[in-house]
Formats: sequence, C-alpha cells, structure tokens
Amino acid sequence: MLEVDCLEVAYGSIRALHRVSLRVDAGGICTLVGANGAGKTTTLRAISGLQRVSSGSVRFCGENITNLPPHEIVARGLLHVPEGRMIFTNLTVLENLRMGAYLRKDKSFIEKDFDFMFELFPRLREREKQVAGTLSGGEQQMLAIARALMGRPKLLMLDEPSLGIAPLLVRAIFEKIVEVNRELGLTVLLVEQNAHLALEVSSYGYVLETGNVLFQDRADVLRANPRVQEAYLGA
Amino acid sequence: MNEFLQQLINGISLGSVYALIALGYTMVYGVLRFINFAHGDVFMIGAFSAMFGHSLIKRSGLVMPDWLVALVVLTLSMVVGALLGTLIEKLAYKPLRERPRLTVLITAIGVSLLLEYVGQLVFGAAPRGFPSLIESKSLGGFGSLQLSSVQITVVLVSGGLLMGLRAIVMRTRMGLSMRALSLNPTAAALMGVNTNVVISFTFGLGSALAAAGGVFYASLYQAIDPFMGVLPGMKAFIAAVLGGIGVLPGAALGGVLLGVLETLVVGYSKVLGIPSGFRDAVAFLILILILLFKPTGLLGKAHREKV
Ligand SMILES: Nc1ncnc2c1ncn2[C@@H]1O[C@H](COP(=O)(O)OP(=O)(O)OP(=O)(O)O)[C@@H](O)[C@H]1O
Ligand SMILES: [Mg+2]
Repeated sequence: MLEVDCLEVAYGSIRALHRVSLRVDAGGICTLVGANGAGKTTTLRAISGLQRVSSGSVRFCGENITNLPPHEIVARGLLHVPEGRMIFTNLTVLENLRMGAYLRKDKSFIEKDFDFMFELFPRLREREKQVAGTLSGGEQQMLAIARALMGRPKLLMLDEPSLGIAPLLVRAIFEKIVEVNRELGLTVLLVEQNAHLALEVSSYGYVLETGNVLFQDRADVLRANPRVQEAYLGA
Repeated sequence: MNEFLQQLINGISLGSVYALIALGYTMVYGVLRFINFAHGDVFMIGAFSAMFGHSLIKRSGLVMPDWLVALVVLTLSMVVGALLGTLIEKLAYKPLRERPRLTVLITAIGVSLLLEYVGQLVFGAAPRGFPSLIESKSLGGFGSLQLSSVQITVVLVSGGLLMGLRAIVMRTRMGLSMRALSLNPTAAALMGVNTNVVISFTFGLGSALAAAGGVFYASLYQAIDPFMGVLPGMKAFIAAVLGGIGVLPGAALGGVLLGVLETLVVGYSKVLGIPSGFRDAVAFLILILILLFKPTGLLGKAHREKV
C-alpha cells in the first residue's frame, strides 16, 4: 500500500534520513521504532508532505506522491496524526472532528461517523462541546486519532500516541488502534518509543537508527532479536 | 453635551475606517504571523480606483441613480484591492514563506514604498479632489448636533461589511479553513486544507476591506494623494494591536476606539491644553501604553498550548 524507497531528508546541512526504505502492506499494523532523534518523525513528515524530500520516492496505492503538498496527500486517503497531537485547542471537540472531515462531501455519513467516534471513545462524547485545549493529554490523543479517522483514511500514520500519557491509558488507546485496524480494515503505520507495546500489536516492524533502517522483520521475530531486546525493549 | 456627541459621531465614522483597515492586518497576522506593512497602500489604491471608476462612469454617459454609481464604484475598488492584495502576496511574500520573519517584514516595507512612489509617478504628488459619491447634506439634527449623510453612510456600510466578514469567517468553509490555519497551520494542512489558497483568500479579503476603507476615508476628507495610506495604515495597525492582534472583533473595536479617542483629543484640545497637532501622537501613545501594560491587547488572550 505504501512504498518508501531510499528516502533522503535534510534539514539545512544536517541529514536526518539517509536511505530509508520501507513498505506497509494493506490491512496490517506496521511499527517504526527507534531512539530519540532516529528520524521517526521525519520519516512520517516526509511521507505526508510536511517535509521536503531531497531524494528517493514515496508511493501510495501505486501512485507516486513524493513531495506533493500535504492536502493532496490527505485527499488520497493517507492521514497523519502528528507528534504532539496538534489538535485545534480553541475549537470544541465536535469542531475538531468536523475539521477532520474537511475534505469529505458525504454530509449525511459525517454525522454517523461522529457517533462512531463517540462509541469508540466515550470520553469524547461527554466532552463534545468542550474546548479541546481543556482536555487531558490522553483525551487530546483520542481526539487527534478520532479527528484523523473522520477523514476515512486508507492508511493512518500515528506518531507516538503514547507520549506523555499514563500507561493504563496507553494500553486502552492501543486497543482502540487494534480495534479500528480489525473492524475497519484500516492499515496503520505506528511510530513508537514504547517498542514493547507497539511490537505486541504489530505484524511487522522496522528499527530506525540515526536515519537508517537497522533491522526489519515480522514483529514477533524482532521481539525475539537479542539486539533489539537489549536496545529497545529494556531486556 | 451636543458638542461631545458631535465629536463622538465624527470619531465613530473615522474609527470605522480604521476598523476596516485593521481587520486586514489582523487577518493576515492570523494566518501568517506577520504584519503586512503594504496594507495602507492598498487602502490608497482603493481610493484612487474609486476616483477613476467614478470618472469612467460619468464619462461613459450611462445614466444611473447616485446610489448605484456609489455601489458600483465601491465594488470596483474592492475588487481592485482584492486583486492587488493577492498579487502582492503571490509575488512578494510567497517566495519568502520559509525565510525568517524579518526578511518578509522588510520586503513588506519595500512593497509599501514601491506602491507609494509608483503612485506618485502615475497619479502625481499633488492631492486630488475626490468626487462625492454620496450627496453630502446635513440630515438635520438636534440643536447644534449635525448629522452628515456621508458620515452616517460610512458608519452603516462599514457595519454591514463587518457583519459580512463575520458571516464569512464563522459560517463558510473558507472561514473555517482560515480559523484552522491561524490556530495550527500544520494541523490544518494535515486535515486537507490547501494553505496557499486560504492565504491568498485572506489577503484578498483583507485588501478588499482596506480598499473600501480608502473609499470611505476619501469620502470623508474629499482629497486623496499617493501617501494618504501611510498614517491611517499605521493607526489601523495600532488599532489591531490595541484590540489584540489576530482577534477579529478586537480589530473592529480597536479601530472605533482609536478613531473616537483621536477625535476627542482634537475636539477638546483647547480644554485639555494640548495642541490639536497632537492628534497623530495619540495613537502612538496608545501603542506604547498597550505594549507596556497589556501586550496581548484588549480582547487578546495569552496563548497557551497543552503538549
Ligand atoms: N526542524 C528541524 N530542524 C533541524 N533539525 C531537525 C528538525 N527536526 C528534526 N531534526 C533533526 O533530525 C533528526 C531526526 O529527528 P526526528 O524528530 O525525526 O526524530 P524522532 O525519531 O522522531 O525522535 P523522537 O523520538 O525524539 O521524537 C534529529 O537529529 C533532529 O535533531
Ligand atoms: Mg519524533
């Protein structure tokens, strides 16, 4: 579904990605793990058009989308929940969800999807009219995910959904991610520092180190790899 | 008492012009976080477009009722303003989108000077008379209170434009995009908002309002020149800061407030013992006070983001 080939990204003279190649197959959950500064966020930003790519290519559903502007990539069904969530803090929960459906024309189904989001995340229903900036960190993360789901993505990219959230809530959020993956057949590309949990729910994984792919394999194989265990699973 | 009311009316009509200009500053600031210093010159071009538009209609021999002429002239000048605003953005600011803010700011000053001196070259430096679009008559009044038809029209039409702007920002999809963009440009792009289109639209909308402001200002003072935008432009910028930069109702409020204060200072200069030439200093004094005591402006909120 998504094929990233020899991606190279530079911030000024600093090269953040060297030759990153990865592929995400339809229907699965794929995880990108790596230490701070490995280039996980940069990879996602390059895929979603937020960051210019200096060389290499990104293909989505067979189409070359390298360096397209973000709004055109969103229109193709590739949605990105960015690091730090970036919800619209001054808008209400409902308005945030409405923004998620910005490109959709099927008005009647949008209303149904609000209900679906509130079933998925009941805590958001109670706070429907609340200004999003007043939500707790965990609720903001739920909102960020729900907002992206409102765009009816084919592929959802999540950048550290566990950041700054209590462990119990992290597990709950991961369960939701698995739920939408199973029930909607939504493909997920997950970036996580919490490699344990991420590899547990994934089918495939990549380990990124200083802008290079170090390992890639089925998630269970990666989890059994002693070097991965040592460096990323705290074993 | 009548004297005071009179000054108040004068102040509100001047203030509505400031409000119209201030909205453009604040909208552009909202989406790009930068002050478009060429905005006052769009105001000037608006006034000149109206003058030429008017003489064109008169010479064409078309017979139209006065109100229709005024409406056509106003619309024309707003369209010219909108086109000019989007053009400036496309040519001068867009190529600098990724550059430091200061670069863009200096460019804006350059664009402003360019418009002023090209204006001088084309229109001449001497002030020109501005045609009366609205028949100037006293609407009678109460005692010594004089209501002029021009002032009342300016206030009412400005009010109408403000309502129209509010409707666009609050009720349309483009308005929603503008708000989303000003809250978080990255997130807006990730929702599928075409940021370039929204920025162009914002410049166009703000510039159309400035052009309308130019037409009203010229109608109030009946003379225009290529540098007429400088001072009102500065003052409207101050009005936008006074109301809280980036906050639309703030710009409207700041504009009216500044117009009223300024007019009162002139009106009561003898009583207050300050020379009426002090008028222009009022705005700058306010700017200094605001920056000292409430940098976020009257309606501005300190930005707080949860991470
Ligand atoms: N805007 C930027 N300007 C310059 N360098 C940047 C910028 N953003 C990231 N970098 C650099 O690029 C490298 C990769 O950063 P990136 O944010 O992709 O890492 P990450 O894997 O997401 O890390 P984390 O787990 O901390 O989020 C780092 O060395 C970082 O310093
Ligand atoms: Mg990151």
